[in-house]
Amino acid sequence: MSDLVNLLFTPPLGILVAVLLVVVFVFTNSAVLVYVERKLCGHIQRRPGPYEVGPFGILQTAIDGLKLMGKQILIPNGADRKLFMLAPILSFVPPIVAMIVVPFSDSVQVRDLDIGVLFVLSLAAVNVLAILIAGWASSNKYALFGAIRAVAQNVAYEIPLLISLLTAVLWTGSFKLSAFVDAQTGSVLEGANWFVFTPWGFVAFMVYFITGMAETNRAPFDMPEAESELTAGFHTEYSGMGFGLFFLGEYTNMLLMASIATTLFLGGYHLPFVTLGGSGFFIELMQVCIFLLKTYGLIFIMIWIRWTFPRVRFDQLMNFCWKFLIPVSMINLAVTAIVLKLGEL
Amino acid sequence: MFEYLREVVIGAKSLLVGMAITAKYGFSKTVTVHYPYEEIEITPNFRGHIDLVLNPKNGKHKCISCMMCQRACPSGCINIHAEKPEGAKKKQLVSYHLDFTKCSLCANCTEACPTSALEFSNEYNLVGTSRHDFHFELVGRLNARAEALGLVAEEVAVPEPPAKPDAGETQSPDSGE
Repeated sequence: MSDLVNLLFTPPLGILVAVLLVVVFVFTNSAVLVYVERKLCGHIQRRPGPYEVGPFGILQTAIDGLKLMGKQILIPNGADRKLFMLAPILSFVPPIVAMIVVPFSDSVQVRDLDIGVLFVLSLAAVNVLAILIAGWASSNKYALFGAIRAVAQNVAYEIPLLISLLTAVLWTGSFKLSAFVDAQTGSVLEGANWFVFTPWGFVAFMVYFITGMAETNRAPFDMPEAESELTAGFHTEYSGMGFGLFFLGEYTNMLLMASIATTLFLGGYHLPFVTLGGSGFFIELMQVCIFLLKTYGLIFIMIWIRWTFPRVRFDQLMNFCWKFLIPVSMINLAVTAIVLKLGEL
Repeated sequence: MFEYLREVVIGAKSLLVGMAITAKYGFSKTVTVHYPYEEIEITPNFRGHIDLVLNPKNGKHKCISCMMCQRACPSGCINIHAEKPEGAKKKQLVSYHLDFTKCSLCANCTEACPTSALEFSNEYNLVGTSRHDFHFELVGRLNARAEALGLVAEEVAVPEPPAKPDAGETQSPDSGE
């Protein structure tokens, strides 16, 4: 038994198993999230959502996926064929790669990089490039408009995102994701154990959550794909699995954003009142469940927000970022630095 | 500065109010009707295609074959075939053909009818693969309805062949009213 485990989880075959697990997880995540999103959206609008395929429509996304795979990928005349095909892959792969540093539990983490936060941020930023390439290569004015908006928006929102994460990094003194989790152990009764329970941590978390929604291009910040103005924005010309990969990329980005928020601000796989010690299989399972519960709770709130608020206008979007989020996150960073320094004295 | 903070607080509060509203509706009952499985009751004012009025006492129609509706129809979509069988005093309705593809639902036929034998049906589930699917035979539909209501189907079926004189006598008091 242990021979088999060793064979399956050590390098030559282990890499394949790890990749397979990650891909399966990401695909399942997207399928489930698409279903959950449509169901929630339906109930918020007082209709049942997917309903026909399978009990309560749970097979709807499977059927949709099959349909997408069966469709022809059309490449418009005048499009840059290579870039056109590259963009969906570029939007889909980086978030999956970034998942390798996410600590699901004490030992369920592919690599605990010393620069974990930087690694995640640099890979998440590739999404902008994918959108720009998609819009540019489509040779379609709406796609290009969507791409331009995406770049303007993501570049602006990256600043408060980085600063809010930097606040957490200051607090922990490390870029390592496992260090964040370790710093948030203990009981909340003995003092703020999770970063979000401290006032500056709460502000940083809110800023991160808002900018994270903008980075994943979700409503109310879905200017790059505003249906009513730009048909579908940057993915107007994509059909079949090209479109499907953009969708997978979006939902994987959501998952990544929520899991980073969980790790940095919400105590990772720890409960607020007790620390789960030991390293048994059961403990690990509990930790993974706690982590996923927090992550999907955040995603649930993101979906809820999406179906509540109307899309912002572009000037409102930019004003909100430059006049509110950036000053607030900068002040917050300064306050954190001062408080931490005073605490040391 | 104060204005700025006030705007922030009011804005944040309005966002929370909005989310509370969607949460409330998210947990309330859905209001949609699952159409092929459920149907809502249609308003009685709805104008479907015309149908013969069913006399609930004997399961028969009230038509006296006066041809007024056929003449009143501006689109010419009504085609009545009536015969006067040997020995009968009055004409007997054999078939009432309606070409619904041409009908404009103007209600001239129902207004023209001296015995109020015509009405608009509530039929809105109409679908067909060719235009011939919308040519209706109203006498047959009436008999089917009478049968579904359990109004002595045989008795209704008997008067339809024009050779039976007794059917004509039973019908004439109704239509003469």
